[in-house]
Amino acid sequence: MATVNGKSDKYDAIVVGAGHNGLVAACYMQRAGLNVLVLERNDYIGGAAVSRSLYPEFTYSNCSYVCSLLRPEIMRELELPKFGLQIIPYEGGCTMMQDGNHLALYDNHDALRREISRHSKRDAEAYDRYARDVMRQCKFIKPLLLREPPDPTSFKPRDIQELLYIGKRFHGMGEARMYDTIRFWTMSAADFLDEYFESEIVKAHFAGSSIIGTALGPRSPGTAYVLLHHYMGDIDDTVGAWGFARGGMGAVSNSLGASFQASGGTIRSAAPVKQVLVRNERAVGVMLDNGEEIYGSTVMSNLDVKRTFLETMQAKDLPAEFVTQVQKFKIRGSSGKLNIALDGLPTFTAIPKDSPCIRGDLHITDSLDMMERAYDDWKAGRWSQAPYVDMLLPSQIDPTMAPNGKHYMSVFVQYCPYKLADGPWTPEKRKAFGDTVIDAIARQSPDFKSLILHAEIRTPWDIEREVGLSEGNIFQGELTMDQLLFNRPIPGYAQYRAPVKGMYMCGSSTHPGGGVMGAPGHNAARALLRDLKKVA
Amino acid sequence: MNSNPTSMASSAMPNHYRQPLLQTPFHNRARALSQHDSFVAWAGYTTVDVFTTPEQEYFSVRNATGVFDLTPMVKYRVVGAGAAAYLNHLVTRDVSKLKLHRVMYVVWCNDDGHIIDDGTIFRLGEDEYWLCTAERQIDWLLDAAIGYDVEIAEVTAEVAALAVQGPTSCWVLKQFGLVGVELLKPFELGYFNANGIEIMASRTGFTGDLGYEIWMAPEDAETVWDRLMEVGRTRGIRAIGSQALNALRIEAGFLMPHYDFISSESTIRLGRDRSPLELGFDWLIDFKKGHFNGRRALMAEQASGVKRRLVGLDIAGNKAAHSALLYSDKAGQNEVGNVTSAMWSPTCKRNIALAIVNAPHFAMGATVWAEIYLNRELVWERRMVQAKVVEKPFFAPERRRVTPPADR
Repeated sequence: MATVNGKSDKYDAIVVGAGHNGLVAACYMQRAGLNVLVLERNDYIGGAAVSRSLYPEFTYSNCSYVCSLLRPEIMRELELPKFGLQIIPYEGGCTMMQDGNHLALYDNHDALRREISRHSKRDAEAYDRYARDVMRQCKFIKPLLLREPPDPTSFKPRDIQELLYIGKRFHGMGEARMYDTIRFWTMSAADFLDEYFESEIVKAHFAGSSIIGTALGPRSPGTAYVLLHHYMGDIDDTVGAWGFARGGMGAVSNSLGASFQASGGTIRSAAPVKQVLVRNERAVGVMLDNGEEIYGSTVMSNLDVKRTFLETMQAKDLPAEFVTQVQKFKIRGSSGKLNIALDGLPTFTAIPKDSPCIRGDLHITDSLDMMERAYDDWKAGRWSQAPYVDMLLPSQIDPTMAPNGKHYMSVFVQYCPYKLADGPWTPEKRKAFGDTVIDAIARQSPDFKSLILHAEIRTPWDIEREVGLSEGNIFQGELTMDQLLFNRPIPGYAQYRAPVKGMYMCGSSTHPGGGVMGAPGHNAARALLRDLKKVA
Repeated sequence: MNSNPTSMASSAMPNHYRQPLLQTPFHNRARALSQHDSFVAWAGYTTVDVFTTPEQEYFSVRNATGVFDLTPMVKYRVVGAGAAAYLNHLVTRDVSKLKLHRVMYVVWCNDDGHIIDDGTIFRLGEDEYWLCTAERQIDWLLDAAIGYDVEIAEVTAEVAALAVQGPTSCWVLKQFGLVGVELLKPFELGYFNANGIEIMASRTGFTGDLGYEIWMAPEDAETVWDRLMEVGRTRGIRAIGSQALNALRIEAGFLMPHYDFISSESTIRLGRDRSPLELGFDWLIDFKKGHFNGRRALMAEQASGVKRRLVGLDIAGNKAAHSALLYSDKAGQNEVGNVTSAMWSPTCKRNIALAIVNAPHFAMGATVWAEIYLNRELVWERRMVQAKVVEKPFFAPERRRVTPPADR
């Protein structure tokens, strides 16, 4: 076995999976003085934060496609800008309506008010109240992101201290907002939006982020939190802003990888881990698919909780109840993705020719009913016949994504089931799914189809196979109250430590969840370093 | 109450993404007089910040007549058999005492007794009122209207309005053709026909001086502006921008939303909203009139005493204490508040400010210390200067009340 940097062949920590959280954790551990190895199954790093070129001169953000939640503390501490990361905010967005009208979103407050007024004067002014309440909730949640969730059943000083911290912040919101928190964390997005808006199109536009990546409909309880989750990020202190990573989302992973390597860490790609090695009830290393064994004092898994414990570990090494709970963890696949190379900028009949809203996120679902019906299809085991899409043309802003005059279109699709009612996914079904989405977009854009040069179509089945996310769930587990905070991923195991000594988890399955935030990786590294007495 | 969606019937292609701010009917006239291209956004309109110099514009109001375009002020028409009861429930003052053709300054609160906005109520008819506000808030006004026989509609764009303020303002309006305008008492309004143009005039304003506000159809706006400027030419009339108005209102002790308080409808952090008791509006609250929004919370606050209060300060030296932190001690160890609005008052020859001060330091005559930073040719100096809590308004000339007013 090879030695690394002249040191012993045993690593202090082996990270399984070079997703963004695995890399964040690896960076922090390496910088704290550990000798860290990251193992990646694919021959490229990044997991679901990747930029790949599948058509000449085009770059796709193949999975995740926009950035907001990545914690600024992480970018700063790991010097990611120095290693090539740049986040460019985009503004605006639009929902096109079936009757040819549209609702556009603008950053300019007066333009936005006048735009919403076209649909409802009252909603235009209610928007300020909506934005205020969302900000109030985000202000409460945000400081909890980079903290290990306390175990409410524990009497350890640290848990009590952390519980007190949450309690104090919670109480500090004031009575009315405490009630709101409990309500917003449990209610449906439709009920939440009904408290502010009267216009169907306004509600439909804002409800979009409540279903993204989630196997629930806008009328399912719990979706209001998913909506809030998408507001929790910021770009340069503009809370709720979203942007593009220049060069695609792979720039996040690549800058993390470069930062990690610059601090002396080792990445091995094309090195799929078959099994975590457990000896004397302790994780001691991993075995690769080719039988190679690599030893480490600790092992940290970036894989989702199901893949970690049901596939790379053996039930005999784990408590039975824990295994049962892992099996029951909700990680249902519900999203697909199309990445399209276009010969030019498509025109949309519903959007005025010179409106800048085309540079934001574009949608074609104009009512909650339409959104809910899209979910009905998922429940029946088929992809949505009229899908919700979150569609962007990043090449309008980021010149690195496509040749001049041509455009890259990222189309996130909700809903698409992992398991189809009529049997397993096949290449033919994948094509039919892609055609459904392309047809839906073409109904708003007559020249769209003729501009398509290439399309990558990804079903949850593809995402599971290519990225490794169980069922293709983009959040490594749904973001509902029963799977959040000290219940994420499994009650009693929210503090990044597996029920096997020396074994840790750092994926989005853990608190505070998914969305290219990096917080789980940051928190997991801290937990491990605390166990090694490297940090307080 | 109308329960249909409140959408505007607009078939025209939207253009607001190209030009987010609207122009008032006076825009072309104001544009022509503006020497600095100095415009600011106000309630969705573009308005002039400075025409020539803020000092000259300021003195036109304290010495002659200043004309200010107040069209962007948000106006709601409130009509119906339940209008008076609705407004009385909405605001803290007793609106049932508001007589026909009178105007009342009011504040209104949420259920926690925190200020949503301040403004004026005009009683135009038996069951017809205007509510003039700083912020758009149809959402709240309609919520508060549940159970009342009342119709509420924003009419901001349907009315053009000018403030005509200063010691020669009454004379100017008489020359303009408002026959009998001199008989209007403070907070009274009247309808006039000035050589064929229908004008509503009210003896109101935001300057603390003698002055009127005149209200007209947008299509008459340019004619009115031109004739006003013409008749006032020999009496020093000039257009004033929002910087001059801001100085005038500080002297008059009037509060400006976003500067002196933030509407409870838009505060994010707990404890940043303000009650009318904290802002010194005790005199605007009528606990005897029966239930109104925020009454219970305000009674409790009155019983326990306010934790902070907005007061007037007279500050040593002549450097305006913009955004200064306030301390109880010269060493600056114990912070007790901050300045919200500050200026050197050219009329009073005093260095004045409005400030939020914690109990007990807000008592009349109490002394606090203001931390002032001075930019002296890019070298910053820090000063701790004494400030005294004083009565406001800082400036309240007798002429603002006298009826009929003098010509100059």
